[in-house]
Amino acid sequence: MDEIMNKVESDFIKGDVPDVSPGDKVRVHEHVQEGSKERIQVFEGVLLKKSGSGANKMITVRKHSSGIGVEKTLPIHSPKIEKIELVKKGNSRQARPYYLRRQRKY
Amino acid sequence: MLGTLGEKVGMTQYFTESGASVGATVIKSEPAAVVQVKTLESDGYNGVQLGYKDTEKKKLTKPMKGHFDKYGVQPKKYLVEYRVDNPKDYDSGDEITVEQFQSGEKVDVTGNSKGKGFQGVVKRWNFSGGPKTHGSRFHRKPGSVGMCVEPGRVLKGQKLPGRTGNETVTIQNLEVLKISPGDNLLVLKGSVPGPRDNLIQIRGSND
Repeated sequence: MDEIMNKVESDFIKGDVPDVSPGDKVRVHEHVQEGSKERIQVFEGVLLKKSGSGANKMITVRKHSSGIGVEKTLPIHSPKIEKIELVKKGNSRQARPYYLRRQRKY
Repeated sequence: MLGTLGEKVGMTQYFTESGASVGATVIKSEPAAVVQVKTLESDGYNGVQLGYKDTEKKKLTKPMKGHFDKYGVQPKKYLVEYRVDNPKDYDSGDEITVEQFQSGEKVDVTGNSKGKGFQGVVKRWNFSGGPKTHGSRFHRKPGSVGMCVEPGRVLKGQKLPGRTGNETVTIQNLEVLKISPGDNLLVLKGSVPGPRDNLIQIRGSND
C-alpha cells in the first residue's frame, strides 16, 4: 500500500531540496504570475516550521517587510517553487520557534 | 468503452501543470477478464460479463466452477456486467486494463460508502439545526415531522434519524489525472467512496 503511494508521489518529490531545519535562514525562489508574464520572486527569511510528509511537505518562512512581519507557507515539492537555498544555519532549540514572532529583530 | 473494477489505495496530493495542488485518489485496477459475452439472440440483450481478481478454484461453488470452465477463464472473485452495443468486439478471455482510460478524461466511480452507524438528521440529511446559545432550546432535533389530525400520521419518506452510510454511492465526472499501465494504477482527481481497499467500479462518464 505505502509502496504504491510512494511511487505515485515520487513523480513530484524533488531530490535537490537542501536539508533545512527550523531557525535556519532560507531563500525561496518561486514563480509568480503577473498578467501574462512570469518571473521569479525571491523570499528570504527565517524557517518557522516544517509540516506534512511525502509530496505534501510544507515550510513556513517568516520575514520582515518594511517593519511588518510576513509569513508564507509553501509546498516545497510544488513546481511553482524553483529552488530553496540555505543561507545561514540557525541554532533554534525548538522545532517551532514561534518566539521569533515576539522579537523585534532577528 | 467498458468499465472496469479496482481497489482504492489511498489519497494524496497531485500537482497539475499550472502548479495547483489538487486532492487525488490512487486506484489499483488489475486487468479484468471478459468471461461471458451476452448477445441479443441468445440472452435477449447485449452485454459483457467481466471477472475481476484471480481466486482459487476450490473456493468456488460447483455452479460457478462450471461457469468459468465453460468459457475457459481463470476463476475470478468478482463478476460484473456492462451493457454494450457491439458484443461482437469482445471475446471470452479478453483483458480489460486501465489503458482504456486516458488522462484528462472524465469517469464515474461507484462504491460502497463507509458505515456511519445511527446518526441524527443534521449529519444524515444535512438539516441545519438550531442556534447553540442565546436561550435556544432547539439544537440538533428534527423538529416537526408532520401535520395534526389530518392526516394523523407521519408521511412516508419523512427524513428521520437512522443508519447512515454503507450504501452504494456513485461519484460522477472525476477527472483522470494519470494512468500508469505498468503498475495498473489510476490517479483520479477528488475522492472516491469507502475505505482503503474498497472495491469500486470505474466507467467512462460519456458512455
